Amino acid sequence: MTPLHDLLSIGWMWLVLVTELPDLLSAATQSTQDSLLADLIRVVSMRDYNTRVVIVGVATLGGAAGLVGSFTLLRKRALMGDALAHASTPGIAIAFIVATSLGGDGKSIPVLLAGASFTGLIGVAGILLIRNQTRLKEDAALGIVLSVFFGLGMALFGVIQQMQTGHAAGLEGFIFGMTASMQAADAQLIAAVSVIVIAGCLLLFKELQLLCFDEGFAGAQGYPVVVLDIILMAMIVLVTIVGLQAVGLILIIALLVIPAAAARFWTETMSRMIVCSAALGVTSSVIGGLASAMFPGLPSGAMIVLVCSVFFFVSMMLGTRRGVLIRLIRRRQLNRRIDRQHLLRAMYEQIERDQDAVDESLSHRKTPVSVAKLLSMRSWTLRRLERAIDRAVEDDLVRRSNGSCRLTGAGLTEAARLTRQHRLWEMYLITYAEVATANVDRDADAIEHVLAPEVIDQLEDLLDEQGTMIAVPVSPHDIAPEAEMENKTGGGEA
Amino acid sequence: MMASVQWAWSLDGWIILVGAFAAVSAALLGNFLVLRRMSMLGDAITHAVLPGIATAFFITQSRDSLTMFIGAVVVGILTAFFTEWIRNAGNVDEGASMGVVFTSLFALGLVLLVQTADNVDLDPYCVLYGAIELAPLDTMDFFGNEIPRAAVILGAVTLINILFVILFFKELRLTSFDPALATTMGYSAKLMHYALMVLVSVTAVASFESVGSILVVAMFVVPPATAYMLTDRLGIMILLSAIIAAASAISGHAMAITVPTWLGFGSTTTAGMIAVATGIIFLLAATFSPTHGVVVKAVRRQVLSMTILCDDIVAFLFRAEEIDHRTPTAEELQENLLATNRALKIALMLLRRSGELQAGTTSLHLTDTGRRRGQRLVRSHRLWEQYLVDRAGRETDRIHDQAERFEHFTDRELREQLAEQTDGPTEDPHGRPIPDEH
Repeated sequence: MTPLHDLLSIGWMWLVLVTELPDLLSAATQSTQDSLLADLIRVVSMRDYNTRVVIVGVATLGGAAGLVGSFTLLRKRALMGDALAHASTPGIAIAFIVATSLGGDGKSIPVLLAGASFTGLIGVAGILLIRNQTRLKEDAALGIVLSVFFGLGMALFGVIQQMQTGHAAGLEGFIFGMTASMQAADAQLIAAVSVIVIAGCLLLFKELQLLCFDEGFAGAQGYPVVVLDIILMAMIVLVTIVGLQAVGLILIIALLVIPAAAARFWTETMSRMIVCSAALGVTSSVIGGLASAMFPGLPSGAMIVLVCSVFFFVSMMLGTRRGVLIRLIRRRQLNRRIDRQHLLRAMYEQIERDQDAVDESLSHRKTPVSVAKLLSMRSWTLRRLERAIDRAVEDDLVRRSNGSCRLTGAGLTEAARLTRQHRLWEMYLITYAEVATANVDRDADAIEHVLAPEVIDQLEDLLDEQGTMIAVPVSPHDIAPEAEMENKTGGGEA
Repeated sequence: MMASVQWAWSLDGWIILVGAFAAVSAALLGNFLVLRRMSMLGDAITHAVLPGIATAFFITQSRDSLTMFIGAVVVGILTAFFTEWIRNAGNVDEGASMGVVFTSLFALGLVLLVQTADNVDLDPYCVLYGAIELAPLDTMDFFGNEIPRAAVILGAVTLINILFVILFFKELRLTSFDPALATTMGYSAKLMHYALMVLVSVTAVASFESVGSILVVAMFVVPPATAYMLTDRLGIMILLSAIIAAASAISGHAMAITVPTWLGFGSTTTAGMIAVATGIIFLLAATFSPTHGVVVKAVRRQVLSMTILCDDIVAFLFRAEEIDHRTPTAEELQENLLATNRALKIALMLLRRSGELQAGTTSLHLTDTGRRRGQRLVRSHRLWEQYLVDRAGRETDRIHDQAERFEHFTDRELREQLAEQTDGPTEDPHGRPIPDEH
């Protein structure tokens, strides 16, 4: 499986980086006198045990979150992690209260995480119930569960603060994160959970993919849709809960949403998207973690998210599939093509009109058409028309001569083809879609630019078979003197 | 958190008033957020305003609340703007774009705050979780009276929101339900959207400064959602949401003071308890609402299916009598009607109790009342079949299922009309007699 392979290689590179780099760079550090540079190298090479622990922890978390996040994003549940993270606060409080009143350690991480998962799951169940059983939509369900559960959590924290037995200080770390104080045991926990989640995503890749794109089809194919949905939710719960402790409530939401949303700009393939998203998650976690280790004033969770946001912004602008720039360029190209097609057809029709009946002579294609006349044929601005003419001149389709322009040989061929296409579609609309003749020009206009050659063939066959007279398109091919034009004519004439 | 356990009007009165103002002002606007499916925006804005506060502090180096207020509102509006921009320009789904924007802004705010808070007391905890309990202590002079500042500010915001909703009711309704239609009618959907966003930001910032963000998020979503469960009319929904918001403010504070004392603690966070109170009201409404409640809908479904089952039993028995004058056994009944054993048992019990089946025996004999009901049903069924063939031009072999469905909802008047339309037939298309009306 491709994603598995890619992920493995990324993981391998990562392992090499963590284990080898410190040794490679240690020599350099020893000889360096400059303390800032030494700092930099010390941090980047992760020679501090603590830094290494933190980085490994957040990096695996980033990878797992990026992976799960892609599925939730495609399921249009990006904010599920948000609601879940909030819904886990009462669980943390309850776990603390129960553990302390039983005489245990209230701040034991596994206990708190168990509590968080418990109410987190109740929250998910609440969201699904509200969405499926009432007429409220998903967003309202998320909002209700999020705020009510978090309110309950706050109220419970209010109670905890009065408890004599255990002091609650540090519990708010769950809200803002306490990355810097991450222990080796925490990192191990995060790594273990992340590996479970990553393995789950890869093993169920096909099923989850189907679930994301076509739930109904997945159900019809016999996949247990509800079970898969629950598994996906459970994985979100796992990532959210361990992330809660590592980077804080708000920032785990970012790790679940941003890398996946950024990856979406680069690819249309699911397997590439999850790899890309996981890689983005890992990379931003590492960079953010290192940045905060270097400058002690910067909270690491926030830095990770900011790096994520930068990646997102860059992806949104430059993404090769759905990026803003690429879409802008594509749209411009389409507009230009349409303008050129309009220009050529307008010229052809103008010549046709002037010549009354198109004769066999070559002379008619030399007929110049004035720009003013072209301008009046469509509702386009002079500027737009001039530009279209300029581009057509560049492509040797049209020649310009003071105030008017005429078609070249290639231009005439193209113009004839376009006019034919347009009229074929008009005929089709009149015959089969029963569009009124007066409206047909506009309707055909909307679609002629995107007609594929096969569609044209089909149109010809269809109109031919039914014995429809294609009165209009006879002209271009009969009159065309060039031999190659006859090849293109095919069985078009009826 | 230090509120007294004893109820004191001078203190608790103000807390409730401030909470009610915050709740009502947010709930008023929340109606439109819920209808526009933007419920999470309140959550996004309250988190995102952190950098605004930090920047305002950065620039002015003071904790002057007006500058911070302006900074926060500006960033709140930017949140809505960025969300919209990423959604449109990047073609990203709304939830995701919101998630990207508010987490990024929150992170930025945290970094900024850490830079500034080293020398001054500006605690993100305090910024996000303003304490409503302390509201009465921060007073200002208002026409000669000492009034809590929060009450004045939130009162003003509530007034603005009420005026906004009343003055632009038509525009808000149109743009919320059908933005395209609104635009063609000359109301700018975009303008209303941003006006709403500005007010949402102002309300969110004004409220969470004094009562905490969690209350704002809850009040934007839960009371309107509750009202939405109770009514179909927008005007009533808005009114209801305001009442629910105020009610949860009162009950929330009461709960915050009383509930923990049952367990031997002092009072707890009022804001949190208000959110819990409104959650409880929502739960009640979602379950028991007479129109859209889960329980009511389920009961109604059960009653309907039971009525239909009873109809089917009576009609089946009537047909059996008609054909060969015998009473079918319970097994035959179950085989033909495909009902579960339990449902059948309940239906038979209901029929015996209403006197449509002969009581006191296990065999299935219709009483006269029961026979009349069967007659009505069979008449409806056959009239419908006749009508479908005569008037709707259906094939004879396709009409049974439809007639089977219609027969349960056909009253006497409709039967007469059907008979009239089909020229008072005596036989249905299958050649079976149509019983008379009695």
